[in-house]
Amino acid sequence: MLSRTASSLYWLGRYFERADFIARLVEATVRLDVLSSQPAGEAAWASALAVTETDEAFAKTGVPVGQRDVVRFLTLDASHPGSIVRCLDMARNNAKAVRTALTRESWTAINRAWLLFENRATPGSTTAQLNLVEAVKTESRGFEGAIHRMLRNQTTWFIRLGQAVERADNTARLLDVKYHILLPEGQKLGGAIDRDQWTTILQTVSAVTAYRWMYNDGLRPADVIDLLLARAELPRSLAASVEETVDVLNLLAKRTGQHGEADRMARLRASRLGRTRSGEVIASGLHQYLQAFIQENALLHGAIGRQFKFL
Amino acid sequence: MRLSVDHRTIYRFTEPQSRLVQMLRMTPQNTHDQTVAQWRIDIDCDARLRQGRDGFGNAITMLYIDGPIDGIEIDVTGEVLTSHSDGVVHGAYEVLPPALFLRPTETTAQDKAIADFAARVTTPAQGRIGALHRVNEALHERFTANPGRPEPNLGAAAAFRLDSATSRDFAQMFIVAARSLGAPARYVSGYLLTEREDDHRPTPHGWAEAHVDGLGWIGFDPFTGDCPEEHHVRVAVALDAAGAAPVAGSRLGEGGERLEVDVVVSRDGQ
Amino acid sequence: MGKQAFDEIMGAPGDTRVRPELAALGRWIEETPDAELRRRQQAAETTFRQLGITFAVYGENEAAERIIPFDIVPRVFLHDEWTRLSEGLVQRVEAINAFLEDIYGERRILKEGILPEDLVMGNAQFRPEIAGMRPPHGVWAHICGIDLVRTGPDDFFVLEDNARTPSGVSYMLENREAMLRLCPELFREFRVAAVDSYPDRLLETMKSVAPHGVSAPTCVVLTPGHYNSAYYEHSFLADTMGVELVEAADLVVDDDVVWMRTIAGRVKVDVIYRRIDDDYLDPLVFRPDSALGVPGLIAAYAAGNVAIINAPGNGIADDKAIYSYMPDIVKFYSGGECKLPNVETWRCREPQALKYVLDNLEDVVVKLVDGSGGYGMLVGPTATKQEIEDFRAALIAEPHRYIAQPTLALSTVPTMAESGLCPRHVDFRPFVLTGSKGVQVVPGGLTRVALKQGSLVVNSSQGGGTKDSFVLMADQSQRMGAGGMTQALGGMTQTLGEGMPGPEAQS
Repeated sequence: MLSRTASSLYWLGRYFERADFIARLVEATVRLDVLSSQPAGEAAWASALAVTETDEAFAKTGVPVGQRDVVRFLTLDASHPGSIVRCLDMARNNAKAVRTALTRESWTAINRAWLLFENRATPGSTTAQLNLVEAVKTESRGFEGAIHRMLRNQTTWFIRLGQAVERADNTARLLDVKYHILLPEGQKLGGAIDRDQWTTILQTVSAVTAYRWMYNDGLRPADVIDLLLARAELPRSLAASVEETVDVLNLLAKRTGQHGEADRMARLRASRLGRTRSGEVIASGLHQYLQAFIQENALLHGAIGRQFKFL
Repeated sequence: MRLSVDHRTIYRFTEPQSRLVQMLRMTPQNTHDQTVAQWRIDIDCDARLRQGRDGFGNAITMLYIDGPIDGIEIDVTGEVLTSHSDGVVHGAYEVLPPALFLRPTETTAQDKAIADFAARVTTPAQGRIGALHRVNEALHERFTANPGRPEPNLGAAAAFRLDSATSRDFAQMFIVAARSLGAPARYVSGYLLTEREDDHRPTPHGWAEAHVDGLGWIGFDPFTGDCPEEHHVRVAVALDAAGAAPVAGSRLGEGGERLEVDVVVSRDGQ
Repeated sequence: MGKQAFDEIMGAPGDTRVRPELAALGRWIEETPDAELRRRQQAAETTFRQLGITFAVYGENEAAERIIPFDIVPRVFLHDEWTRLSEGLVQRVEAINAFLEDIYGERRILKEGILPEDLVMGNAQFRPEIAGMRPPHGVWAHICGIDLVRTGPDDFFVLEDNARTPSGVSYMLENREAMLRLCPELFREFRVAAVDSYPDRLLETMKSVAPHGVSAPTCVVLTPGHYNSAYYEHSFLADTMGVELVEAADLVVDDDVVWMRTIAGRVKVDVIYRRIDDDYLDPLVFRPDSALGVPGLIAAYAAGNVAIINAPGNGIADDKAIYSYMPDIVKFYSGGECKLPNVETWRCREPQALKYVLDNLEDVVVKLVDGSGGYGMLVGPTATKQEIEDFRAALIAEPHRYIAQPTLALSTVPTMAESGLCPRHVDFRPFVLTGSKGVQVVPGGLTRVALKQGSLVVNSSQGGGTKDSFVLMADQSQRMGAGGMTQALGGMTQTLGEGMPGPEAQS
C-alpha cells in the first residue's frame, strides 16, 4: 500500500473520530447547562473549550463564553481547526484522496455527515443544536458499521488505527479537564459530588448505562475514573483504545511482515496500563498521569508516521 | 591557453531537508577549440551521482541526497585548454537545429524596445554577421558591466530598462536583439578569465551565441564587448539562462535556503 | 442548419427507411415507447452519478461537478465500415509514432522538406528538453484517441489527433455496462464486439514497453489528484488494471531509478501511465514551479529506466498546426496514401488561406491552434455578428494562431430530446493502443453527441453528451440464442505494421 494512502486512511480515522467526540461533548454540555436542574452556565462551556483545547482560540474571537456562541464555535466555525465542520471537511478530503479504497457505504456516511453542515450558518435553538449533533453521531455510527463490513485488510486497519489513537487522546483530555474543574485543589475525593457534572463525563463517552452495570455503589468519581481509565470493556476507555492500537498494529505487522518502533511503543504502553490501578493513579496525581499519557500518545502518533513512512 | 577553474557552490537550508535532487550542468565538453584536461565535481556529503545529457546535448550530473541535510557544498575544479578561432564554435555536440533558437522564452520574450534598439544600431548593408557584431558592441556601450550576482528571474525586457547589467542580462538582451534580426541565438553558461589576478567572483559567466548560415554558431559576449576567444570556457547552452543554469534543484522540506557562490578562474603557469 | 445530414441509422437524407443492416435497431426504436427509453436513460444517469463519474466545468466553482448526459440510443458501426476505419487508424497511429521518433531524433521529415522547419521548431509543443531521448522500445504514442467525424456511409474524416493523454475511455466502458444492463435485447439482436477487455489490453501494452531486462514490471497510473476533473477515470483505470494510483508525492527518483513510497518501503516503478501534462512532469526540466512533478523523472527516462506513457513531447504530433500536414506525414512514413483523410483545413498563417477565411467567416469553423475542449472556437454559421467581428480582429492580429475548416454536414444519430427522438450530430473517438508488438484498435470508442438541435459542438464542457458505440462482428447470423450470453467474445483487431516499418524499425 502507498504510504500516502495509508496516511490518508489514518487521518480519515482520526478526524472522523474527533468530529464524533466533539459532537458528544457538545451534546453532553448542552444537557449539563440547559437541561439539568441547576444550569452550570459559563463554567460548563469553558470546560468544553478546555477539553478540545480551543479556549485560547475562542478567547481571540472576543465573544463572551455562552452556549450559543460556543456551540457555533465548536460545530459550525470553519475558521478554526477544532470545529466539527472542519474535522469533517478534513475527513472527507482524506476520504476523497483514497475514494476507491473505500466502500460506497463508508464514503456515503462521511459525505452525508459533511453535507449536514452545508448552508448552515447558525446553530439555532437548543433543540436544533441537539438534532445536529445527534445527526453527526448517527452518521458516525453508520461509518463505524460500514468499516466493519469492509474487507479486513490494511484499508480498514489504518482507519481503525487513526480512530484508536484519536480516541485515546480525546478520553484522556476529557477526564483531565473535567476532573480538574470538578475537584479543585484541596477538595477530597468522595465528598459531596456534582452528579450532573459526573454524568456529563459518562454521557460524552456513551457510558451511562455501562457504568450502572459495572459498578453498584452509585455515582462515585473514583469508579468513573476507573471505568474510563482501566476498563477495557468500555470501548472509549484508555485501556480499550490502547489495546485496540496494539491489535491493529499487530494485524498490520502480520500483513507487511514488519515490526517497528510503533509496535514496541504501543505494546509497552499496553502492558504498563494493564498493571495500573486507578486508585493509585488518583492518589499519586491523575493530572500528571493524564498529561504524560497524552504526550506518550503524541509520540506514538509520530512513531506510526515514521514506521509507515507517511508523507 | 591553460585555464584552471574553481567553482564552489554552497547551499544552506534554514530547516533540515529530507531529500535533495539536483541537476548539475557543470561539466564542459570538448570542442575543436576547447580541450578538457581534467575536471571533477566533489560533494561534501554522501551523494549518488549519475552522468547524462539533457535535450540540448549538455553534459549533466544528477545528484541524489537523502536527508536529513542542512546544507551542501558542490566543488567543481578543473583545467581546460583553449585556443583561438575568432569566436566561431567548431566541433560542439549539437542535438537541435539552429531554427529552434529563434523561439522566445519567458525571460527572452520578444520586446519592442530591444528590437527597436537592434534596428537602430544596425544597417542592412552590414549583413547578418556585421549586424550581430554591432549589436554586441552597442549593448556593451549602453550598459555598465556589473560583475555581481544576477537578480533572480529578471528577464531581458526588464533588464533593458536598467543602467547596468550582469553578464546574464547582457547575454539575454543580446539573444532577444539577435532573434529580432532573424538570427537564431542562445545562451551559453561557462567561465571567463578576467585580467585581475586571483579574482573571486560571485557567479559563473554567461554570454551568447548566434547562428549565421555558412559560418555556424558564433560567440558574442556583450559583457566584454568582444567575441569569446581563449578566455572563455564553454559549459552549457540553452534557449535562455534558466535553461543553462549550473544547478536546477528540488528539495523536500520546509524553510528557506541561502546560496553562496565563489568562482575563481586563473591562468595556469602564471 | 440548412444542410441535410446523413443519419447513421435512418440512412441518407430523403431515405424513408432504416438502413437495411440496422432494421432490427429501427424496429427497437419504433417499438420501445419513449417513456421507457427515458426511464432507462435516467437509470443509467443515476448510476453514473452514484459512481461519481463526474467532471468539473472550467469557469464554474468546484462544487459544480456534473455528469455527462448519456443517450440511450447507440450508434452502430457495421463490420465492414469498422474494418476500413481500423486500417486507416492503424496507419495513422503508426505514422504518429514514426513521426515522433523522427522529429526528436534524426528529423528526416524536416530535412526532406515535407514539413516547414519553423512550424516545428517554433512550436511550443516541440520540447527541446527531451531531444535525443528515446522511449523504451521506441513507442511514443501508446494511447491515441483519434477524433473522427462522418458525412456519409464511407466518408470518415479525422478532426483531431490526441496523442498526449486522451480521456474518455471510462465512458466507453461505463456506457457499455449501462447498455448491457438496460437494453440486453439489443445484444441478442446484434453480435457486438466486446470492449471490456480494454483494461487488460492497456496493462498488456504498458508491460510490453517496460524497460529492457525488466521481467515483471511494476506499472502505475499517475494522477494530479482528486481535484482533477478526470480523477474518476484515473482511479477507474488504476482499479480495473489492478495497479496503484499514485500522485507525484508518492514517487521519488534516486540514482536515476523511479520508486514509489509504500508502507513497507520503496518499490521500483517501471512503467508510468501519467495523466498529467508534460509541463508538470519534472520541475528540474519543465516548469520549475510545478508541485505536481517528480524531480529527476526525466533523468530516469533518459537513462532508459522507466517508460512514460504517453512519452513526453508528444504534443507536437497532435498540434492543430501540424494536423493540416498529417496526410503528408502519413504518406512520408507509410509510403502509401493516407487512408483516413483530414477535414479540409486552411492554415491562417498562409496569406491566401487567411484571405479566404476572412471572406467566409460565416461559413467556416475557426479554431485556436493550441486550444482544446471547444474553447477559443468560432462556429461561423451559428455565431452572432459580434462573435464573428471579434474573431475577424483576432485573426488579423495573430493569424498564425488559427486554423479554419469548412462546416461539415456531420452525421446524426437519433437521440432523446424533449420532444422525443430527434437526429443530433455526433463525432467519435476510437482508442488505439501501441505496444512493443504493434498497434491495435479497440472495437468501440466514445461517441459524443451535440444535444442541442443543429449544434455541432460535442464537447462535454459545452453541453455535449455521450452514447454507446456498437461495432458489429463479422457474422451477424451466428448470434447467441435468447437467454444465452449477451456479449460476444473476441475483440481487438490487431495489425502488425502492414507494409511499413513499425516504430521499432524506425531507429
